Amino acid sequence: MTSPWTFDSVLVANRGEIARRVIRTVQRLGLKAVAVYSEADASLPFVTEADEGVLLGAAAPAQSYLDVAKVLEAAEQSGAQAIHPGYGFLSENADFARAVADAGLVWIGPSPEAIVAMGDKVAARNLVGDAGVPVAPGTREPVADVQAALVAARSVGYPLMVKAAGGGGGIGMSVARDEEELATAFATAQSRAERFFGNPSILLERYVTSARHVEVQILGLSGGRVVALGERDCSVQRRHQKVAEETPCPVLTPPLRARMIEAAVRAGEAVGYRGAGTVEFLLDPASLASGGEFYFLEMNARLQVEHPITELVTGIDLVEQQLLAASDLPATFDPDAVVPSGHAIELRVYAEDPKRFLPSPGTISHWVEPAGPGVRVDAGYAQGDTVTPFYDPLLAKLCVHGPDRPAALELARAAVASFEIEGLKTNLPFFTELLANEEFIAGVYDTGLIDRMRAPKPGVST
Amino acid sequence: MAEEVRAEMVANVWKIVVAEGDRVEDGDTIAILESMKMEIPVIAEAAGTVSLKVAEGDVVQEGDLIAVIG
Repeated sequence: MTSPWTFDSVLVANRGEIARRVIRTVQRLGLKAVAVYSEADASLPFVTEADEGVLLGAAAPAQSYLDVAKVLEAAEQSGAQAIHPGYGFLSENADFARAVADAGLVWIGPSPEAIVAMGDKVAARNLVGDAGVPVAPGTREPVADVQAALVAARSVGYPLMVKAAGGGGGIGMSVARDEEELATAFATAQSRAERFFGNPSILLERYVTSARHVEVQILGLSGGRVVALGERDCSVQRRHQKVAEETPCPVLTPPLRARMIEAAVRAGEAVGYRGAGTVEFLLDPASLASGGEFYFLEMNARLQVEHPITELVTGIDLVEQQLLAASDLPATFDPDAVVPSGHAIELRVYAEDPKRFLPSPGTISHWVEPAGPGVRVDAGYAQGDTVTPFYDPLLAKLCVHGPDRPAALELARAAVASFEIEGLKTNLPFFTELLANEEFIAGVYDTGLIDRMRAPKPGVST
Repeated sequence: MAEEVRAEMVANVWKIVVAEGDRVEDGDTIAILESMKMEIPVIAEAAGTVSLKVAEGDVVQEGDLIAVIG
């Protein structure tokens, strides 16, 4: 029997936990998995577990994971016929997606045109807004300098968010409450935008105070249909970066969920989306009593870090569906009969101190993962590995799945308590605090939760 | 009295903000380190004249000397 796939080997152009997670599915499907790695990562699990590994270069991302020519050379050298980009690095780089196709390889992701349409936040806002998706008041054109920002801000209104148009991951974002703060925020955002994304364009958008961050998983199937696989609440954030996620979102009513899902599918259809993607929204909790108002934030044209919680409640392997869509094969599930079951939570275990959340690279002298029914750990490291300062601080994603939210919280508490990591600081003690926090337990938190947890307590001297 | 400014963690020296021999005040930024995709400013905790011990692009270990303020 001939294989239905249009490729028999997949190069994973990423590192750490996501490379390891993609490799697992590739191998389960009987395909060959090729890892690429930097000098700093040579002994990590994703390299040793792959069927073949190709060294890209030095530790700095520009010399390894961000070097398009080196990744394509590695594909040629290993005979890989498809490339999975994971998240971050080259995953939303349209030039890379085009170069992969031009080299005769299969790109496991959306079309370069869809990446371009969603990669620029100004263009993306305009595109989905025109398609009928709710967007917050904001600039329809990039803002060039502080003077232009001050003028635009008068019609957008304060407080507002200053964002890098080409940005992501919370980098280059800050809130401005008045003109003075805007001037400072603009300068910071522009310098970071240029440095991290090579694109100094800035947009301004009305900031929703105390918002919840709720996103919808979409999947563009072979044949062109776009379906949604439920939502994830990602409101537990520090420095605008997610720390914990859960599904379902504890405050969504069925009608509000249906509206958000419809908006997400519409956004995906507007760009002819193929494969796994995520449409992020801000939900205004103050509006919940009157049905709920939400605004398009951005679309991530790739697999999302927190995709495992969707997999836990739906039983669908999203990486497998990405590979199927890229091979023009139908999905392995009935898109009209997906009923999420139970409640799932993801905790991002970072190498950082649990009080101030500052990076803590080092060598892992001891590592024991929690295990058991309802527990899934996607880890990038194991005992003896060194966590270097060159990449993000994500050590592992600790995910739990219970029949309901209280059961999931209980599973999470037990899993955090039994996760043993020594040799560097981790934020595991923060999760112990989070899982005992009244707001979090009640499910009524918003993106300001961590700031409130870390705010000096009145009457308590420090 | 000379104040030693040391690295709080393993990091890359992204930017040196002051020049060798510059006068700094308590609270001024001397350099910006980068670790795990985060910028970490290195702040002077005393006033004085800066003597730099690292260059941009260097990798520093926790506790390494970044500058001396004398």
